[in-house]
Amino acid sequence: MGPNGSGKSTLASVLAGREEYEITEGEVEFLGKDILDLAPEDRAREGLFLAFQYPVEIPGVSSNNFLRTALNQIRKYRGMDPLDAVSFLKLMKEKMALVEIDQKLINRSLNEGFSGGEKKRNEIFQMAMLEPKLAILDETDSGLDIDALRIVASGVNKLKTGENATIVVTHYQRLLDYIVPDFVHVLYNGRIVKSGDKSLALELEEKGYDWIKADADGVVS
Amino acid sequence: MSKDNQILEELTSSEYKYGFETLIENDSAPKGINEDIIRFISAKKKEPEWMLELRLKAFRHWVTLEEPTWPNVHYPKIDFQDIIYYSAPKPKKTLSSLDEVDPDLLETFKKLGISLEEQKRLSGVAVDAVIDSVSVKTTFKKTLAELGIIFCSFSEAVQEHPELVKKYLGAVVPMTDNYYAALNSAVFTDGSFCYIPKGVRCPMELSTYFRINASGTGQFERTLIVADEGSYVSYLEGCTAPQRDENQLHAAVVEIYAESRAEVKYSTVQNWYPGNKEGKGGIYNFVTKRGLCKGDYSKISWTQVETGSAITWKYPSCVLKGDHSIGEFYSVAVTNNYQQADTGSKMIHLGKNTNSTIISKGISAGKSQNSYRGLVKIHKRAENARNFSQCDSLLMGDKCGAHTFPYIEIDNSSAKVEHEATTSKIGEDQIFYCNQRGIDTENAVALIVNGYAKEVLNKLPMEFAVEAQKLLALTLEGSVG
Repeated sequence: MGPNGSGKSTLASVLAGREEYEITEGEVEFLGKDILDLAPEDRAREGLFLAFQYPVEIPGVSSNNFLRTALNQIRKYRGMDPLDAVSFLKLMKEKMALVEIDQKLINRSLNEGFSGGEKKRNEIFQMAMLEPKLAILDETDSGLDIDALRIVASGVNKLKTGENATIVVTHYQRLLDYIVPDFVHVLYNGRIVKSGDKSLALELEEKGYDWIKADADGVVS
Repeated sequence: MSKDNQILEELTSSEYKYGFETLIENDSAPKGINEDIIRFISAKKKEPEWMLELRLKAFRHWVTLEEPTWPNVHYPKIDFQDIIYYSAPKPKKTLSSLDEVDPDLLETFKKLGISLEEQKRLSGVAVDAVIDSVSVKTTFKKTLAELGIIFCSFSEAVQEHPELVKKYLGAVVPMTDNYYAALNSAVFTDGSFCYIPKGVRCPMELSTYFRINASGTGQFERTLIVADEGSYVSYLEGCTAPQRDENQLHAAVVEIYAESRAEVKYSTVQNWYPGNKEGKGGIYNFVTKRGLCKGDYSKISWTQVETGSAITWKYPSCVLKGDHSIGEFYSVAVTNNYQQADTGSKMIHLGKNTNSTIISKGISAGKSQNSYRGLVKIHKRAENARNFSQCDSLLMGDKCGAHTFPYIEIDNSSAKVEHEATTSKIGEDQIFYCNQRGIDTENAVALIVNGYAKEVLNKLPMEFAVEAQKLLALTLEGSVG
């Protein structure tokens, strides 16, 4: 969590490997590997997933085609055989049911003409398909109505296993009514300034960020 | 014989010695073009007198024409006297296995997903006896013959079906139509001829793969397709495998003639050598393609995927003469490196209730220039004509260009003409999105480009479409990132 401009989306982008960002110092270790040396696609293949705040449209490309290409490239990287069409469709059906997404949406061009909510639900569907070890959800709750929020949250909960982790980037406690966090970290000026459990989110909801800013600024000055 | 006569005799015969009669012994004509060369070509092909007359007429017109300069392409002036207009087809060197083929070429084949048999055929490897291409051809020819379909080389058609050739040759693209069509008419050496009789639906895609006399169609190719009343044919030209040719100038003519209720679907994949990365070499592809919807309710569809050639100059067109006739044009034209393309379509509405569609998808990468040029003309007698045109351009990088030159001429107020155009760039965001899902940039570009061109690719026959998809990806390899 954290106020606007605190660096939440920047962190997500840097981890995913967006080119616009230059890393001046530090390292990022993911499952024993320094991922800063890896291309964005290799980070994804290592099991890092970013649910985008603004998923892009790719006209003429179906989710089916897109995900099959993605999944098989990931499998290849991990030394696995590509999934054949039948197994792939079976997997699609299974995951569609899991995250409650409509076949009609899957048949359309990727994100093209999707509503904000549909785009976010599609991101969760992709996450279900690719089964990442670490998923970063960048403000996935923004622009969602209450039903969509519930469905997205339920998808995230269902995908949780003992083997994976999810970082949920959000401004609001509302999402955390549905996704119960193990830890809450507050980011401010590019640093984690406070950590706690679920109760920290509730406290923020009640008191806002000012007290944390004041604390942090106090520490700095 | 008087002395004068003797001298006259000597003079004329010695003159004759330098004429085409002496040439006939040779395998190829000397460089250049003149009436003797044309007589030579015609004699080599053992053509009847009327065919020679047509060629000469075309040539005499051609010399009065100026080379067109209006296309948005630039190249050094062509010296038409520096071209050899006839050389006998040379038998290709037969290789004994694929191991002897250029590994780069094999890699390309592999990427295109071309079958081993096909790879052998394309690279000139002797095909083993079990799957003998001759037997395939024989079965194929038999099926067609039973239906009364004629599909043969142009030379064969001139010999075997002179009445049909006489009737239809030049009926759609007159011998005098334009600079390159006139040149082609004068010097063409071969091509394909296809006739579908009344009410016959051709049961297979007629493809150049199966062209009965495939050798030596060369640089001035002539194709004539005639679909009689109520018939249907789907015709495929070209192939996705890269084609090299020593001849730099290619000026083909394709004519399609559709009688009432006939339908012709003509699909092209063009992948001629585009020149190297610095823009050296490559084929100049100056083609005239036109279909005439002669009868009522006839339909002609052009679908093309153009990835090759240094310069492409090509406007497959439909003349909608019959009432309720339909013309369609679906095109993907890709240019990369220093390629230049000026391509599009012409839809000429003459009949009532005629309908045309133009879907053009240009993709420019590298330092290439890609132009769409199209004409929609509604004649004054063409009541209730409809046209829909969509011209999209996709840019990759910031050194290429996309241009659109739409011309619309309407002489009938009942016409409905729509033109839509978009220009877009492959976004870094789109590529990053794909990368983040584990897709590398090369595959991401392939996905995005194929998505963009989908409307056109869907119009291609199935196997062709799969190859064409791979071809697009291959053509644009390395053009981003």
